[in-house]
Amino acid sequence: MLAIYKRELKAYFTSPVGYIFIAFLLFVVGIFFTFYNLRQSYPWFASVLSGTTFVFLILVPILTMRIMAEERRQKTDQLLFTAPVRIVDVVLGKYFALLTVFAIPMLVFCLYPLLLKTFGKSDASMAMDYIGIFGYFLLGAANLAIGLFISTMTESQVLSAVLTFLVLLICYYSASLASIVPASANASLVAFTVMILLAAVIIYLMTKNIFLAAGAGCALEVVLVVIFLINSKLLEGAVASFFSIFDVSGRMENFINGILDVTGITYYISAIVLFVFLTVQAIQKRRWS
Amino acid sequence: MIEIKNLTKKYGDHVAVDNLTFTVKKGQIYGFLGPNGAGKSTTMNIITGYIGATSGQVKINGYDIFEEPEQAKKCIGYLPEQPPLYMDMTPYEYLKFVAELKKIPKGQRRDMIEEIMDRTKIYEVKDRLIKNLSKGYRQRVGVAQALLGYPEIIILDEPTVGLDPKQIIDIRDLIREIGEKHTVILSSHILSEVSAICDHVVIISNGKLIASDSPANLTKELQGSTSVSLTVLGQKKAIQQVLSSRSQIRQYTISESKEEPGAYDAELTCIGSADLREELFTAFAKIKCPILKMQTSGMSLEDVFLELTDEGAAEKGNTEETNTKETAIKETDTKETNTEEKEEE
Repeated sequence: MLAIYKRELKAYFTSPVGYIFIAFLLFVVGIFFTFYNLRQSYPWFASVLSGTTFVFLILVPILTMRIMAEERRQKTDQLLFTAPVRIVDVVLGKYFALLTVFAIPMLVFCLYPLLLKTFGKSDASMAMDYIGIFGYFLLGAANLAIGLFISTMTESQVLSAVLTFLVLLICYYSASLASIVPASANASLVAFTVMILLAAVIIYLMTKNIFLAAGAGCALEVVLVVIFLINSKLLEGAVASFFSIFDVSGRMENFINGILDVTGITYYISAIVLFVFLTVQAIQKRRWS
Repeated sequence: MIEIKNLTKKYGDHVAVDNLTFTVKKGQIYGFLGPNGAGKSTTMNIITGYIGATSGQVKINGYDIFEEPEQAKKCIGYLPEQPPLYMDMTPYEYLKFVAELKKIPKGQRRDMIEEIMDRTKIYEVKDRLIKNLSKGYRQRVGVAQALLGYPEIIILDEPTVGLDPKQIIDIRDLIREIGEKHTVILSSHILSEVSAICDHVVIISNGKLIASDSPANLTKELQGSTSVSLTVLGQKKAIQQVLSSRSQIRQYTISESKEEPGAYDAELTCIGSADLREELFTAFAKIKCPILKMQTSGMSLEDVFLELTDEGAAEKGNTEETNTKETAIKETDTKETNTEEKEEE
């Protein structure tokens, strides 16, 4: 694991990717910091961070696009998977390298509240800022895990980047998407039906098995209709709560407000573990199919 | 050393490896021989643990590759068809990374890398980026990578493909040298290579094991048949008559000669090792058909190979007027190029 971690980290800094990632993140956050905190004397650095989460949409795909896809294209994965290392170690080595690159600008951000302190910021608000930075790091780490997983699915870096961007985009706007749908049970029924249809299409595209896709779609739809007929109240507002599962960035609000939110931490860590696990499974599946 | 039992690998409906069973003994050089797409690489990928099998068992030194992959993989050094190199590293950095990956103790790494770089003759390029190296050097870095840690079994997938003749000889010498201390399995679709280096040949076609023996035994087994090629001036019918009337001739093919206008080329396989030249000479002299050229040849490994693999047989059917299904006609001096062309088709 250590060997892969070191190689991966080195690769990020022999190519421009690592530098671009760090520089761009520092640049965007730096502008916001200068404008809000320094020019307008606004004391909370964490709120600046919450305003800049959109950069992950671009930066995460840049960082993760090559991580697995390139190995596959260059066939270097043959070296990794025939060496006496477990696949989990390969994936973790790579994921930790991603986290390390991401942690470098975080360390720089840790200096900003100190800078604000020289203008008389209170100790309590310092702690809140650091909690905010911690939340920001968790959010980024979850996004990186998603990117890692998507990079495993394809051989093409471009495809990997575009898919990661789209998935992150959906996650970011899932809350707003959900608010379009009225909270009534009827509207939920229609919205879920559309989603089931989409899911069936995706299953078909991935497995090329029409029976599986149609079967899964029908089964889900039946369950949905049964719930609707038995107790339609259950579906009221269900779309919003369903979408909130994917609302990765929304979970950060508490951290930004200075609350060390245990459910938030659990949410992010679960997301990271899930996607690292899925990455390992995706590799295993390809080996055995 | 390596035990393979009923190994099968399916990709959807396509069967890449079909119920393969064989064992590899210690200290020999094994040649995997087969036309392209025969399942050589797939088999090697399964043995090395890169991909899984649909069914069957592979044991390396007693360790099951599917159940105790780490132990099993430790015994193997693998060079895939395309050397798994990171283009943005230098050979030295790369070997250091591989040594760490293979969990070679820190104290030994440096000396081992130096020694292997020396043996594979990549010392002079050790600080250049791999992407700037020629194909021959890249291949050697690949071999060096497989050798790291001196695993007992070295598996090389088509190690000489795409190299120039000098490099091919270098790599072959290197393989022979490695073979003195390690068990080596190499795959190739070039027969001369396998017969030149290997102690044991395993022929695979369409995922099935067709033969497994030493090159000498393989040729002997199928020999019993000397073949004669001759060019005769005269009527086709007359020539056919003469050839058909010989009971010692098992089969023959006849075609218009390309070099000698009005003459016919005939290729015949004899039963046993009977020498028919004298008899043919007098027979053709009697009907006043002069023999312009006549030559006997034993069956080479190449012929054995073509006879054994379906593709060789099928190929022949479309290109030549033929009396039999099996014989494949080749001119000795263009053997190698011929085979390669045919397989690419």
